[in-house]
Amino acid sequence: MSAVVSPIREPLVTGGKTYHQITEDICSPTERTPSAAWVLAFIVAVTCLALFVFGVAWTVYIGIGSWNLNRTIGWSWDITNFVWWVGIGHAGTLISAILLLFRQRWRTGVNRAAEAMTIFAVICAGQFPLIHMGRIWLAFFIFPYPNTRGPLWVNFNSPLLWDVFAISTYFTVSLLFWYTGLVPDFATVRDRAKGIRRKLYNLLSFGWTGSAKHWQRWESLSLVLAGLATPLVLSVHTIVSFDFATSVIPGWHTTIFPPYFVAGAIFSGFAMVQTLMIMTRKILKLEDYITLEHIESMNKVILVTGTIVGVAYLTELFIAWYSGYIYEQFAFYNRVLGPYYWSYIGMMSCNVLSPQIFWWKSLRRNIFVTFVMSIFVNIGMWFERFVIIATTLARDYLPSSWSYYVPTWVEVIIFIGSLGLFFTLYLIFVRVAPVVAVAEIKSILKAGGDQYIGPNANKQHQTSQEAAQ
Amino acid sequence: MSKDNKDVLYGLYNDEEELLAAVDQARADHLEIMDVYTPFPVHGLDPKLGLAESRLHIAGFVYGAIGTLTAFLFMTWVFTRDWPIIFGGKPYFSAPAFIPITFELTVLFAAVGMVISFYTVCGMAPGVNNPTLDDRITDDKFCIAFDVTNAEESLQDKLKGFFSQTGAAEVNTKPLPA
Repeated sequence: MSAVVSPIREPLVTGGKTYHQITEDICSPTERTPSAAWVLAFIVAVTCLALFVFGVAWTVYIGIGSWNLNRTIGWSWDITNFVWWVGIGHAGTLISAILLLFRQRWRTGVNRAAEAMTIFAVICAGQFPLIHMGRIWLAFFIFPYPNTRGPLWVNFNSPLLWDVFAISTYFTVSLLFWYTGLVPDFATVRDRAKGIRRKLYNLLSFGWTGSAKHWQRWESLSLVLAGLATPLVLSVHTIVSFDFATSVIPGWHTTIFPPYFVAGAIFSGFAMVQTLMIMTRKILKLEDYITLEHIESMNKVILVTGTIVGVAYLTELFIAWYSGYIYEQFAFYNRVLGPYYWSYIGMMSCNVLSPQIFWWKSLRRNIFVTFVMSIFVNIGMWFERFVIIATTLARDYLPSSWSYYVPTWVEVIIFIGSLGLFFTLYLIFVRVAPVVAVAEIKSILKAGGDQYIGPNANKQHQTSQEAAQ
Repeated sequence: MSKDNKDVLYGLYNDEEELLAAVDQARADHLEIMDVYTPFPVHGLDPKLGLAESRLHIAGFVYGAIGTLTAFLFMTWVFTRDWPIIFGGKPYFSAPAFIPITFELTVLFAAVGMVISFYTVCGMAPGVNNPTLDDRITDDKFCIAFDVTNAEESLQDKLKGFFSQTGAAEVNTKPLPA
């Protein structure tokens, strides 16, 4: 195979790695005793997870009355958190699927962890609609199963039901895609292990041998799953936006919602990938695989999607004015200058203004700036969902039923606890599985290793055809 | 050796370019390769080995089509025959509203079906114990394997000569369950 790489491409694997060193660097964190930093992080995460369990148990025991929802504001932190987590869950599949189709080699450094993040974020997202039902033991009512009430089916014309199908399909497909990618790497860990660990990883690796025919099928499967996941990832947040857009609430009933939500999802997802990657590469010493080049590429995506989101905000304001429809005009006047003006300011400054610093290359390649920015974007995108949901509901058609909403402690600990759930799962993942796709990094080594391309290249990658001549 | 096993003669190479050149050489020498094992997918290997293109994507299309029909026909049956309900003054058969779920189930059926097919045809499942020739095949070694069960001495020597000629780093024999 010949690796045709533009000379201006930057190396994606630094440190002049050999195949064996790649295996060693990426697999060894799963074989060492956990570092003090990991143990500390795990204790914090599990403590937050305990808060989540307590908050959910309290909600189920006392009832939804333990939240501050009222007749006017029926959706608030719960659905905000749901949309926020689903949005975060979009980057993984975007990186692994869309960038695979576009043949972006830098995806190999971050795809594994980003996909894991996707799965964990969707798990967190799924909690909120379930507990918001109040009677969680009846949650199976959302599925169309034959029942003794007729059978009376669910409403297939409802966007809330579309959401059930979209989120569960997205979760299943992401999980299958991620796990199929992991199987050859679990085999690598298996073949390095002894005793009980070897048995365990043999179980996880499904008996992978690395046969040429299996690799061929594996690549075919990955490509088709990527092709399926690409429209899927765009459909999921589109359908989430339908929860709002198909209603008749001013401020929600807009056709801009699907593309605007998808851009926002990618934006927040990449921000969370940055947050996690910057910590992971440092703690697991993976700076040679997750390089500044990777971080810069992701910052470019953050800049583009942040700007798209900004254009969407301004378009909404313009269309509200231009429509001449007073309820729509009031909805947006209220968003900007109403009782929740502070959340609008938070949204605008974090999502639209702050990412503009990434026009400067030096800031795109600055790890500290990137980390702070990724937190800003996460906060900003949470505010965006809060602005859309709570602000809009607080001032509806009838001024007599206008209301204001502040969360109770139960809602606050459930949100903090969902972060605990997320980080607990992520921390277990980095202990158990190779965080970077080992086989895929090896397959791009000759196209992206710094001994082959870039200023320090000292080896000419000779193809078999050239060697034969 | 027990009769249930087959004897495998295999050579390990250090680089995929050496492997590809060796596979070419084996084809030229009319040696019948049992299998090739690599730590990552080596592009250009399949045509050299004469492997037919995988038909997994065709299966995927069929599974997807089944998903499409299942979803669309089921919703149509529910809302026009089994329990017709008027939602928002729309017709019973409101096809545009069926599209999102139809799409999701198409993707779900195709993905789940393909993954199950993949593991089935590869003979892989949780707990399957496929013996491997060498632990370093999943690390940094590229392996060409020949089946030498009941092979004559002359063929064995020819294969060993082939490995030394093409620059194999190690040559070994190992029994594998047939």
